[in-house]
Amino acid sequence: MRDFVQNFPLFSIILCLISSSASSLLKGKAAKWVNTVLICVVGAMSLTLTFYCLGHGSFTYTMGHVPAPWGNEVRGGVLEGAMATFFCLIMLLSMSGGRKKLLEEVEDTKQNLYYILVNLMLCSLIALVYTNDLFTAYVFVEINTISACGLIMIRQNGRTIEAAVRYMIMSLLGSGLFLVGVCILYDLTGHLLMSNIKESVQTLVATGQYSEPLLISMAFMIMGLAIKSALFPFHAWLPDAYGYSTISSAAILSSLVSKGYIFLLIKIIYRVIGFEVVHDSLLLNVTFVFAGLGIIFGSISAMREDDIRRMVSFSSVAQIGYIYLGISLGTRAGMVAAVFQILSHAATKSMLFISAIGLTDASNTSRKFKDLTGSAYRNKIAGMGFAAGSLSMVGIPLFSGFISKLLFMQAAVANYGKMLPTMIVLAISTILNAIYFMRTVVRIYSPERDLYKGREGFKVIHTREQIEYTCTVILFIALNVALGLCSEPILELIGTGLDMFS
Amino acid sequence: MNTNLLNNYAEAVSLIIFAIGFTNLLLHKNLIKKIIGLNIMDTAVYLFLALKGYIKGHVAPIVIGGELQPDSYINPIPSGLVLTGIVVSVSVTALMLSLTIRLYKRYHTLDLDEISLRLKKEGL
Repeated sequence: MRDFVQNFPLFSIILCLISSSASSLLKGKAAKWVNTVLICVVGAMSLTLTFYCLGHGSFTYTMGHVPAPWGNEVRGGVLEGAMATFFCLIMLLSMSGGRKKLLEEVEDTKQNLYYILVNLMLCSLIALVYTNDLFTAYVFVEINTISACGLIMIRQNGRTIEAAVRYMIMSLLGSGLFLVGVCILYDLTGHLLMSNIKESVQTLVATGQYSEPLLISMAFMIMGLAIKSALFPFHAWLPDAYGYSTISSAAILSSLVSKGYIFLLIKIIYRVIGFEVVHDSLLLNVTFVFAGLGIIFGSISAMREDDIRRMVSFSSVAQIGYIYLGISLGTRAGMVAAVFQILSHAATKSMLFISAIGLTDASNTSRKFKDLTGSAYRNKIAGMGFAAGSLSMVGIPLFSGFISKLLFMQAAVANYGKMLPTMIVLAISTILNAIYFMRTVVRIYSPERDLYKGREGFKVIHTREQIEYTCTVILFIALNVALGLCSEPILELIGTGLDMFS
Repeated sequence: MNTNLLNNYAEAVSLIIFAIGFTNLLLHKNLIKKIIGLNIMDTAVYLFLALKGYIKGHVAPIVIGGELQPDSYINPIPSGLVLTGIVVSVSVTALMLSLTIRLYKRYHTLDLDEISLRLKKEGL
C-alpha cells in the first residue's frame, strides 16, 4: 500500500494539465485565480513531498501499477521536491510582479491564453523534475519549448515574433540532438526507464562494449540540453527572447525554463549514465571550456549593452556558464554548487527583471541607460530590488550570490586540474559583474530629478499605487537574503537529495 | 570498425540524413527551408527507431489469424516512440509555420536575416 503523499507528483502534473484546459473556457480574471491557486497547491504538495522524503527516503511510483521495465515511472526525492517547490515559488512571484504589465501589454481576449501557457509551462517543469523515464522527459521538453515560445510571442510585435522564431529554431536543434541521444541509448540498453538504463550502462562499461556509441549518445544528450539552456555559444536567441517579451515571461524564461533543462541534465548524469562514467568520458572538460568562455563573453556582451533588459539577459549567459562550470568540475562539491547556483540565479534574475520593469515604467518605458538616470528615486521599491539583485550578482555577502561564488571556489580548490582556470574565470567575471551592475546601480541612483521635471512619462510611482508589485519585490529580496543567510540547511538538503540520486 | 559500419549501414544513413536536416535547420536563411530541415531531421530519427525495432522475418505486432506467439512479432516499442515523435513534430511544425506566416505578413519576406536587419532599422 502506497502512502498518499507518493501520489503527489502525479497529482501535480495532472492538476496542471486539467487547469490549463479549463483556463481556455475561462475569462482572463478567473484564469488568473486558477493559475495562482494552482501554483500554490502544487507548491504545497511539493513541499509536503520534500518533508516526506526527508523522513522516508526516495520512492519510485509506478503508473497504473505496471512494473518496472514496461510501465512508466515517476520518482520522488528530496531534491525533486525541493526543486519543484522552489520553481512554484519563483513562478508565483514572477507572475504577481508582472501582472500589471501583462494587463497593459496583452490584449484582453488573450489574457486567458497566457495563463494556459503558464500552466502548461509549470506542468512540463514539474514533469521534467519528477519523471523517471527518458522518453517522457523528451515529450515534456517539447511541451516546455512550445509553451515557452507562446510566452515569448504573447506580446505581439515584430521583435517578439522574430525572437520566438529564433528561440524555436535553437530549441528544436537542441531537442533533435537530445532525441537522437535518447534513441541511441535505447538502442544500446533496450530500456527507457532511468534506473534500468543505468544498470545496463554499468554492465556495458564494465565489459567495455559499445564504448563509442555510448560516448556519442552522451555527447548528443549533453549538447542538446546545453543548446536548450543557452550555454555559450548557443545563446544567440536569448537576449531577444528575454529582452522583448512581457516581463513575467522574461522572468519565468530566465529563471525557470533553462533551469528545468539543467536539472534534467543533472538527473541524466546521476541517474541514467552514472556520475563516474560521465566523469571518465572527459565530456565534462568540453562543457568546462564552454562554461568558462560563456562566463567571460556573457559578461563582456552585457557590458556593451545600453539597454537595461538586454544587459540583464546577457548576464544570464554568464550565470548559466557558472552552473555548467559547477557541473563540469566533476565533483560532488561542484554539483552542490551548481544546484545552489540554480536556486540563487533563479531568485536573483527574476527579481532583476521585475525590478527593471519598475524602473523603465518610471522613465517613459525607455530602457536606455541615459533615460534611466535617477529612476530609483522615481520608483523607490524597484530601485531597491535592482540594487539588491545587483549586489547578489556581484557576490556581496548577505546575498545568495556570495554563497554560490564561495561554493564554486571551494569546489575548485578540491579539483586540482581545473583549479587555476576556474579561479581566474571567477575572478574576472566578478570584476566584470561589478563593473556593469554597479554602473547601472550608480546611474539609477544619480539624483537628477530636475532634468526630467515636466517631461512626459517621467513620473514618480508611489508605493501605494503598486501594492502587489511592492510586496513581490520585498518577498524577492527576502528570498535572496534567506538564501544568503540560511545557506547551511539548504546545502544539506541539496547534498541529501544528490546522495539519494545515486 | 569497417565491418560494423557495413553491418549497420542503414543506421549510418539515418544519422547522415539527420545531419543534413540539422544543418538545414541551423544554416538556412529561408524560414520554409528551415522547417523542411526540421522535418528531415525528425524523420531521420524515426527511420533510426524503426530500424532498431525491426527484426528480420517478423511481422508487425497486430494479431491476425490468431497468431499470439511473441516471437513472431517485431519490437513494438520503437513504433510507439515513432508515433509519439510524429505527434510532437507535427505540433512543432504547425507552430513554426504559423510564426512564419505572421512574420511574412509583417515583413513580406521569408529571409530571417533580412527581418532582423529591418527590426534593427525600426529600432524597436
